[in-house]
Amino acid sequence: MGAKMVEFNGWDMPVEYPKVGGLVAEHMAVRNSVGLFDVSHMGDIRLHGPQALAAVQQMTMNDASKLQIGQAQYSALLYPQGTFVDDVIVHRLGTDDYLLVINAGTREKDYNWVRDAAKGFDCKVEDLSDNYTQIAIQGPNGWKVLQKLTDADLTQVKFYWFTHGTVCGLKNILIARTGYTAEDGFEIYVPTDEATSARVWNELLEAGKEFGIVPCGLGSRNTLRLEGALSLYGHEISDSITVWEAHLDRFIKMDKGDFTGREGLARQKEKGLDRVLVGLENVDRGIPRDGYKVFDLAGKEIGYVTSGSPAPFLKRNVALAYVPVALSAVDAEVAVEIRGTRVKCKVVPTPFYKRPKKS
Amino acid sequence: MAFPADLKYTKEHEWIKIDGTTGTIGITDYAQNSLGDIVFVELPKPGSEITAGKTFGTVESVKAVSDLYAPVSGTVTEINADLANAPEKVNTDAHAAWMIKVTLKDPAEANALLDAADYEKFVQEEQ
Repeated sequence: MGAKMVEFNGWDMPVEYPKVGGLVAEHMAVRNSVGLFDVSHMGDIRLHGPQALAAVQQMTMNDASKLQIGQAQYSALLYPQGTFVDDVIVHRLGTDDYLLVINAGTREKDYNWVRDAAKGFDCKVEDLSDNYTQIAIQGPNGWKVLQKLTDADLTQVKFYWFTHGTVCGLKNILIARTGYTAEDGFEIYVPTDEATSARVWNELLEAGKEFGIVPCGLGSRNTLRLEGALSLYGHEISDSITVWEAHLDRFIKMDKGDFTGREGLARQKEKGLDRVLVGLENVDRGIPRDGYKVFDLAGKEIGYVTSGSPAPFLKRNVALAYVPVALSAVDAEVAVEIRGTRVKCKVVPTPFYKRPKKS
Repeated sequence: MAFPADLKYTKEHEWIKIDGTTGTIGITDYAQNSLGDIVFVELPKPGSEITAGKTFGTVESVKAVSDLYAPVSGTVTEINADLANAPEKVNTDAHAAWMIKVTLKDPAEANALLDAADYEKFVQEEQ
C-alpha cells in the first residue's frame, strides 16, 4: 500500500501512507469522514467462569458490575500503589464472560499479570491475541461503511457498546463501537489468517471509497488521540504514575469494593498530589514535543511534556504535561524548553477537541 | 521530482544558488516529500555565522524535527519571513521557498558540493 513503515514493540507498523497524502490527510479524513486502522497489535484476554466478574473487579479500577452484556468500559489494571500496569477496555461478552483489550507494548506483562490476579478465582484466563485481527473504522461515516458489510443493525449499537454479527461473510464477529480517535467509529475483531484479514481490509477500503476512506497509520493515530487527550501508555500513564495524577478519576470507582491499587490510591488522596496532568497550548511560538522539560517562569524545572505535537484538525500545537498542582489551574503559565529555548505556554482545559454532538 | 540544474546540493538535501559571493539556501523537493507537511521552520538571525557541515536551523513536520545543515560557511544577510506564517510553502515549491541568504566566507567551498546530476543519482540510490 506504499506505507512508510516503522518498528513498534516488535510489530512492523505503518507510520503514514504517503500515497493518500500522509499524516495530515489521514487525520482530516477521520475527523471529516472515515479512516481505516489496522490495530492487530493490540492484545485480547478472555476471562470466563463462575467468578469471572469477581476476578475482573479485583484486578481493574472501574466498576465492571455495572456492565450489561454487550457493554464495554474504559478501565485499567493497577499495581498496589495505584500506578498503571496498563489501561484496558473491558467488554462483557456474557453472564460470566469478559474480554479485556490491552496494549501491544504490554501484552506479555498484562497476560501474566491477569493470569496471576485470577488465581484463586473460579475462572479461566485465555490469551486470544493471536486469534484476532483488530481493524478500526473511525470517523462520522465509519458506521455507514461498516453497515454495507454487515447484517448487524449498527444504528442499534450505542457508543461503548458492542454486538456480534456477520461481517464480510464471516460469522459471529465482535463489532464494538469503540475507538482511540475521539470520533465515532467501530472496531471489529476478525480471524487472524492473512488471507481473511487482507480480504476484510480490502472490502472495507472498497466500501469506503464513496466516503473518501483512507488507510491510516501510527502517525495520525497519535495526533487524533492527542487532540482528544486520550492517554498513551508510557506517556500519560505508566508504572510510576497514579490514577489521580493522570487525571483519570472518572474511570475509577473507589466504593465498588476492594481492588488492587485501591489502598495506594486512598493513601495518596489523603496525602495530597505532588503533580497532575494538564493540557498546554502556546503563548509564544514553538512546538512542545514528547519529553521536553517544563519550567516555571522563575526558571525552576517543574515537570515534563508527556505528549506534544501540532494538531492537524485544530491547526495549533497541543501538549499534555505533568506539572505541580499549584500550576495546574487553567491559564497558569509555564515555560517549555524547546531545544534550548524556553517557550511560554499556558494551561488549557482538556480535551482539546470534542466531536460535535449529533443534532 | 525536480533537480534544477542551476543549483548545487548537499547529501543532507539542502540546495544552494550561488551568485558571486551570495548564496541562497533551501531544502530540496526530495526533502520536503520525505518530511511530509511542514509546520515550522526555525532559522538563524541575520548577522549570525553559519559553518559548512554544521546545523543552522530546523524544519519540523507534524511527526519530527529535522536539522538543517549549512552547505557553505558565511554570514546570514536575510531570512525568508514568509516561512514564519506559511511554512507549507516549502512543500508547495521547495526550490522557490528559499530559507536564508548568506555572504560566502570561502566561495571555493562550493566545489565540494554535488551538482544536479550527482544529487539525482545520490537520491535514487537512497531510495
